[in-house]
Amino acid sequence: MNKLPVILTVNGREYKLTVDANERLLDTLRQQLRLTGTKEGCGIGECGACSVILDGKLVNSCMVLTAQCHGSRVETVEGLGTASKLHPLQQAFIDYNAIQCGFCTPGMLMAAKALLDKKPDPSEAEIRQGLSGVLCRCTGYKQIVDAVKAAAREDK
Amino acid sequence: MDTVNKPARRVDALGKVLGESRYGADLSFEGMLYGKVLRAPYPHARILSIDTARALALPGVEAVLTAADIPGFHTFGTVIPNQQVLAKEVARYQGDGVAMAAAATPALAQQALDLIRVQYQELAGVFDPARAMEEGAPLLHADCPGNIAAHHVLEKGEVEKGFACSDIILEREYETQLVEHAYIEPEAAVAVPQTGNRGVTVYGSIQNPFSCRKALSRILGLKLNEIRVIQSFMGGSFGGKDEVMSALCARAALLALKTGKPVKMVNTREESIREGYKRHPYKLKYKVGATREGKLMAMEIKIIADAGAYASQTPFVTWRSVVQATGPYEVPHVRTNIYGVYTNNCYTGAFRGFGSPQIIFAQESLLDELAEELGIEPLELRRLNGFRQGSVTATGQKLDNHQVSLLEVVDKAVEKSAYLTKRRQYAAQRGRFRKGIGLACSFRGCSLGAEGVDATGAMVSVQYDGSVYVYSGLAENGQGLQTIFSQIAAEELGISLERVRFMETDTALIPDGGPTVASRSTLMGGNAVRLAAAKVRETLLGAVLEKLRAAAEELAWGGDKIWVKADPRRSISFEEAVNAACAKGELLTQLGWYKAPKVTWDDRHGQGDAYFTYVYGCQVAEVEVDMETGYTRVLKITAVHDVGRAINPETVRGQIYGGVAQGLGYALLEEVQQYEGEIKSLNFDEYLIPGICDMPEIEAIIVENPDGYGPYGAKTIGEPTLEVTAPAIASAVAQATGRRVRQLPLDLERVLLGRSLQKDRYKRREGGC
Repeated sequence: MNKLPVILTVNGREYKLTVDANERLLDTLRQQLRLTGTKEGCGIGECGACSVILDGKLVNSCMVLTAQCHGSRVETVEGLGTASKLHPLQQAFIDYNAIQCGFCTPGMLMAAKALLDKKPDPSEAEIRQGLSGVLCRCTGYKQIVDAVKAAAREDK
Repeated sequence: MDTVNKPARRVDALGKVLGESRYGADLSFEGMLYGKVLRAPYPHARILSIDTARALALPGVEAVLTAADIPGFHTFGTVIPNQQVLAKEVARYQGDGVAMAAAATPALAQQALDLIRVQYQELAGVFDPARAMEEGAPLLHADCPGNIAAHHVLEKGEVEKGFACSDIILEREYETQLVEHAYIEPEAAVAVPQTGNRGVTVYGSIQNPFSCRKALSRILGLKLNEIRVIQSFMGGSFGGKDEVMSALCARAALLALKTGKPVKMVNTREESIREGYKRHPYKLKYKVGATREGKLMAMEIKIIADAGAYASQTPFVTWRSVVQATGPYEVPHVRTNIYGVYTNNCYTGAFRGFGSPQIIFAQESLLDELAEELGIEPLELRRLNGFRQGSVTATGQKLDNHQVSLLEVVDKAVEKSAYLTKRRQYAAQRGRFRKGIGLACSFRGCSLGAEGVDATGAMVSVQYDGSVYVYSGLAENGQGLQTIFSQIAAEELGISLERVRFMETDTALIPDGGPTVASRSTLMGGNAVRLAAAKVRETLLGAVLEKLRAAAEELAWGGDKIWVKADPRRSISFEEAVNAACAKGELLTQLGWYKAPKVTWDDRHGQGDAYFTYVYGCQVAEVEVDMETGYTRVLKITAVHDVGRAINPETVRGQIYGGVAQGLGYALLEEVQQYEGEIKSLNFDEYLIPGICDMPEIEAIIVENPDGYGPYGAKTIGEPTLEVTAPAIASAVAQATGRRVRQLPLDLERVLLGRSLQKDRYKRREGGC
């Protein structure tokens, strides 16, 4: 297997990596960088559990080859906030009971962040559209929508 | 109450929003290997030989095992242990594992599988459960004539007499589909061999750690205390991570013990859907007799459930069905027969609802159809026959030990949804887009009932600084159990929730308290936590009484302190009370054990007090149907559920929203495509679950009639929330289109044409169509 050098900035930190030509960004994050907050649910870009922000755009990291990301900036859930300084979205997810099993939560948070970065004051329909790439089997989505609305208000 | 009946934040939320919570696939150990399993290519085949030599010769491959390498039994199962960890002589469905490999990387393990040579002799399979019952059908298990995995009977009154006294008799057939749990986290486990020949520790997405430990003991030939099962964070389960996880954990443990190294096994989504059990498809024949006023006189029911290749929970799933098959209605004469039948399809088992979604779809549709025939509003038919205080169920149980709130929840749902106004408004529509509104209701027995032993434990341990551990034999699967149990411990000890830390479920640290199923956690486990905390409080009380020089009944506990009610200045903090007790050498760690009240069951007649208490729910669905495409948009669901007491109203609402979403998927979208035992919809591109844009407005309404047995009166919420959604939607669609669809799901074809364009689901799909 061909190995390729890649420079990647993840959550503000630069990494010089060597990756397989067919290595998915998801595997680089989870295995090489041990950033296991990003989850794998389907491997075919349907469930969105692996959603990360790549150069400002929301992507399914299972559908992106790391070798394509040379020089790119990646944001994952681990870069969103810390226990002492939560991102408003993280706080809102806690406050609005927007979490059950939590497996889709990192993907939901990243989708919501990508949305709010572009559109700080989205309508409910825009929120639903923005999160529509991430599947949740537990919550029925309502409390997630409520949390994103609240975080958008908070951000203003 | 300070903490209970209040919307507390989830105690497991912080780790989850930070992405720090470790799920099975996130775990990693020094020197860890990766395991992969090779599955049977045929739904029914004899294994003639397995050649693993080339796989073993591949550098980096450390073990290749088959059923012949299993030290104990190669089978396991809760009721009938006939499920194979690895198929020994015969593979009975396409999910059966045949051989497995452990290697340094997942890719190497996969390569090893490609080098294993298996010779099969394909056997005739049987895929239609009705056909499987016939004489001459291929037998799946030699000891099961007619492929019968389970048969339950219920006889009440004299059903022929009931029909003879009826003015109207209606016969209808309904059918429900094969449904996938579709938890977003595929199954994952890591087995770590323990030093000093002391067995193995297994971590993973395990819904029922004790069931898993029992299976592993049987398979590995080890004592229970040589197997430690520790649950990781669970990415959803809904009943689905029981047997399939026992198999995965056993395989990882076999490979770990063989190699002496930690072994991790993670299913891909395709593997998960191919191997994991599903919700039973049912074929239901209902015959109902009633007077012209609408009073139900008799029901005769015959149900065939596809059990697939192995027994799994089929005997229990079908048992719940037989108890509840006539719905929350008084019917004097009943005869029900339900069969769970082996086929070479994917096996079926526990799935949120557990035998109720199927029968409720049938019985609620039937009541609608009967109402229509009689020219009575469906709501009136329910009011006329619905359970009241003191009603007698089909099993002969008199409902008098709890508040029978069926009509209360129905009335509330009708009022909040403006059901009657809208029902009239939508009665005669024309045009392309037509609206409809429908309702469905249910009663549900709480916890295990007469299925078996029903008891569970919890431990509350107060540390000398006033912080608290809670341990439970029941497990957090995402539903919020940790939060509920922490709230109960905090309430009982009069302390803030922040002091309580809930420990993950670990079979080495707490007694076996049965499985986390049957919506039994809050009711059973909540009682155990409360009992444990109450014992600790009793010990603390001794120290407090000395300090405050007051009688126990004069004291109040709350807000991290204890005070004299008549003179609040006389108080001590919780820490002071703890210190005083510790200074006296008192034990502040206690085990609480709760045994369910007595239930009874006569298997021959299907009579008895099946469950010790029941809950009631009603949902109203409003839909709009595109008459040109059959596309059904759900506009609103009003969901009213009596939970006894909401320990945490926010998590109760979360259960309702989530249950409704799964019910909506069951109604409109979800169906595993399986042809002659081969599953075609192996990932989320073909198996559709509701996305965020599919979900309508949901109004969740909690009704509280505290139960005498429940902790603070709390009962059950997990399963009732999804079991009534599909029939409510089906009823609304019937009003909108003027046509009743008797098969789930109500996809475009069934709504538009009244039938599916798929070929018979038991036949193989021909190329091109």
